[in-house]
Amino acid sequence: MSFDPLTDYPLGTQRPGLVETPSGLTLDDVSLETLRSGRLSGEEIRASAETLERQAAVARAAGREPLAANLERAAELARVPSETTLDIYTALRPHRSTAAELEGWADRLDGEFRAPLTAAFVREAAAVYAERGLLDGRARIPTI
Amino acid sequence: MRNADFSMGEQESRRSRRFVERERRELRREVLISPHPELGLVAMNGPNDPAPSLRVEGGQVVELDGRDVGDFDVIDHFVARHGLDLAAAGEAMTIPELEVARQLVDVDAPRPELVRLSRALTPARLARVVSLLDPVEMMFALKKLRARRRPANQAHVTNLKENPALLAADAAEAAARGFAEVETTVGVSRYAPLNAIAILVGSQTGRPGVMTQCAVEERRNLQLAIQGLVTYAETLSVYGTEAVFIDGDDTPWSKAFLASAYASRGVKVRFTSGGGSEALMGRAEGCSALYLEARCLAAIRAAGSQGVQNGSISCVALMLSLPAGVREILAENLLAAWLDLEVASGNDAIASHSAIRRTAKLMGQFLPGTDFVTSGYSVMPRYDNMFGGGNYDSDDLDEWLTVQRDWQVDAGLEPVGEEEVVAVRDRAARAVQAVFAGLEFPAITDAEVEAAVFALDSRDLPDRDRVADVTAADRVLADRISGVDVARELDRHGFPEVAEAVLGIQRQKVSADYLQTSAIIDPDGTVVSAVNDPNRYTGPGTGYRLEGERWQLLQDLPHVIDPRTLASGDEQPTLLEELHVASIGNRSDEVVVAVGPAFGDGLDATINGLRHDDVLAAIEAGVREEGAEPRLVRVRRSSDVAYIGHDGARLSGSRISIGLQSKGTAIIHRADLEPLDNLELFGMSPLYTLDSYRAIGRNAAGYALGRPVGPVPTVMDNFARTKLIVKTTLLHARETQAIVVGAPAVEVALASRK
Repeated sequence: MSFDPLTDYPLGTQRPGLVETPSGLTLDDVSLETLRSGRLSGEEIRASAETLERQAAVARAAGREPLAANLERAAELARVPSETTLDIYTALRPHRSTAAELEGWADRLDGEFRAPLTAAFVREAAAVYAERGLLDGRARIPTI
Repeated sequence: MRNADFSMGEQESRRSRRFVERERRELRREVLISPHPELGLVAMNGPNDPAPSLRVEGGQVVELDGRDVGDFDVIDHFVARHGLDLAAAGEAMTIPELEVARQLVDVDAPRPELVRLSRALTPARLARVVSLLDPVEMMFALKKLRARRRPANQAHVTNLKENPALLAADAAEAAARGFAEVETTVGVSRYAPLNAIAILVGSQTGRPGVMTQCAVEERRNLQLAIQGLVTYAETLSVYGTEAVFIDGDDTPWSKAFLASAYASRGVKVRFTSGGGSEALMGRAEGCSALYLEARCLAAIRAAGSQGVQNGSISCVALMLSLPAGVREILAENLLAAWLDLEVASGNDAIASHSAIRRTAKLMGQFLPGTDFVTSGYSVMPRYDNMFGGGNYDSDDLDEWLTVQRDWQVDAGLEPVGEEEVVAVRDRAARAVQAVFAGLEFPAITDAEVEAAVFALDSRDLPDRDRVADVTAADRVLADRISGVDVARELDRHGFPEVAEAVLGIQRQKVSADYLQTSAIIDPDGTVVSAVNDPNRYTGPGTGYRLEGERWQLLQDLPHVIDPRTLASGDEQPTLLEELHVASIGNRSDEVVVAVGPAFGDGLDATINGLRHDDVLAAIEAGVREEGAEPRLVRVRRSSDVAYIGHDGARLSGSRISIGLQSKGTAIIHRADLEPLDNLELFGMSPLYTLDSYRAIGRNAAGYALGRPVGPVPTVMDNFARTKLIVKTTLLHARETQAIVVGAPAVEVALASRK
């Protein structure tokens, strides 16, 4: 379906037909009637990767490149389980990971989750962390 | 010599009482310091701040603000990679700083162009440019550069007992008062799920579309968002030096990743930064607060955040210890807006002990308007604020509304009357009571609901079983109780409209429109952001203006009165009867008592509530006590006390008169004086009693009989005017309306004694 990021925002009111949850619920499905019929459960009600990509396009059309890049990473992470996402976050905190561990996450993001932008972001962090001594201390202990 | 020694000793031991009084003021509990740049204790333009520089080779930044790529810290690396528009930078960095600064306040320099320019400037240059503006120029630039057209505000809702009924009631009141966002936090972190549910239910009862957050540890926060219990987060703190960033257990990459993680679950994210935090944490690297904040903001924009909460935030009191600290805070807000970020502009943590100083500081954000004028206005009393905040709290609501009305400025709050507030608090407390019952959480009793509706603070509420509550809170996470479950219980227990509003919030998570810059949600579910409601201010007649219905709403405070209902109403009984045109008296012991046109006829009491006939009786008694004879006349041609008195004096056999306005102002006059001169003037009518008027009568008689007279002692209340000026104006207007142009004075008698 065609989508114009300059005119189709807000999606919820301008293009409700384009919007659905990852499990295929439409906005109209998130209603009291559906709730009463017992066909609504909580955690599936969230934006799909496609919606987040469209929001990224809206941000880019509005001249907000870094926000667009953030939302593109978000679109990729929409396909990553929450626990995994939080584990990657922890791995990116200072002195948590070795270079190899970060590379491992980048590989999984690339392959398993089809998240190349986020993978590149993790690799970029790993390079800077190596330069600034922010990798896991173990990496800097010379092995005998 | 002896005298000199004596006076020296006297000077040493003796204190000026005025200095001593000032030292006792609240303000003096605070410490002011001179700058100490080595510790980062300098507001802006620090002597150690680097000179701006940018060198790009082969598409890579190789020098940034005086630092070579080999010496880049983690923030430099991040900004160099994600935060600069390198294509535009070459040219932009050569524009003189003063020229850029002038564009910030030029109505003909459009915001989009300035935003593009900001992306090509390094942090040091950004800081230098805004430093060139004075406070009013900064306010103007902030007004021009704010991202969203319409300003808004954010509320804080917490209580020390973490009582869910009180949280829901306060969140509902916040929503009803117009706050676009409601933030809560916890004393005990395990409570977070219950507090999140309470403010979700409360806020949606007050006004559908209000966004909520629960400020807790990131993992827990994200989980609450996944379950649809909160919609935004602003806990992502950023610092301007690498050392403090790392001490905060994050890097720009980890924070940026976290922001994407939140967005992936449909959570709106706002970062947090603010001047003084690096100095407070001991690692400012000798740089000024504004330069370090410019680094933070560059990193925040580079991370792709839609916005920031800044303006020193929790370090505000430290910035206020420094010269130009308040100006620096405003410069931070301005920088964020210039970088096209949503700004929640602080004013939440207590800035000063002094109310004058707090509000003087507030005006920097209040008058220009920001996306959120405060990062948390405490809807409840400061006692219950668990953010260490309450710079403005429930006690100050009427002041805030009145200051909006004074300036004709919209700072995000709407007036709501007591009846409506009580009703919405009651509905919200009952709604959360129903949710707790439906989910088999520890019961919220009717007594708790009742207390929550009418409470001052949580001390008015019964204690709950905290063990049972945290157990229930754990179950919210373990059983993944979601916003949908909350809506279901609301619907089942007679709160379908609240259920619908909670579902509306779930729908917002699906369309994710509120992830765009500066988004808030209207009650009908429409997202309003910098995308569909951008600030396009280009001078007078453009941009957001408080006019029309909204202005009418913000000026009609519940305690505003219609002046037409004052000093009018029923026709008053006539206390004085007019006899005939007054002639000049021939008794030398006569004192004419001359009253104004409406005295005892149309008006019947002074501003102090004394009946006109009682006042006249007291004056007559005083005149007679001293041995003179009163004669009553009404001056009809003037309402001015000087002319009333002077006309009376010209009719008086003794040439002495007392002039008396209906509001109670009196004068003792003599015929040979100029009309605007007098013997004694009694202008403090709100303070006079019948005894005062009796004393005035005695004095007038003394003058008439040629005796030495000591003036009636002056009493004064400098607030009387403030308090009563409206009533004075209305009473005087009534008197003036009763004037009969050119009419001669008439003799009158008290109706009861005719």
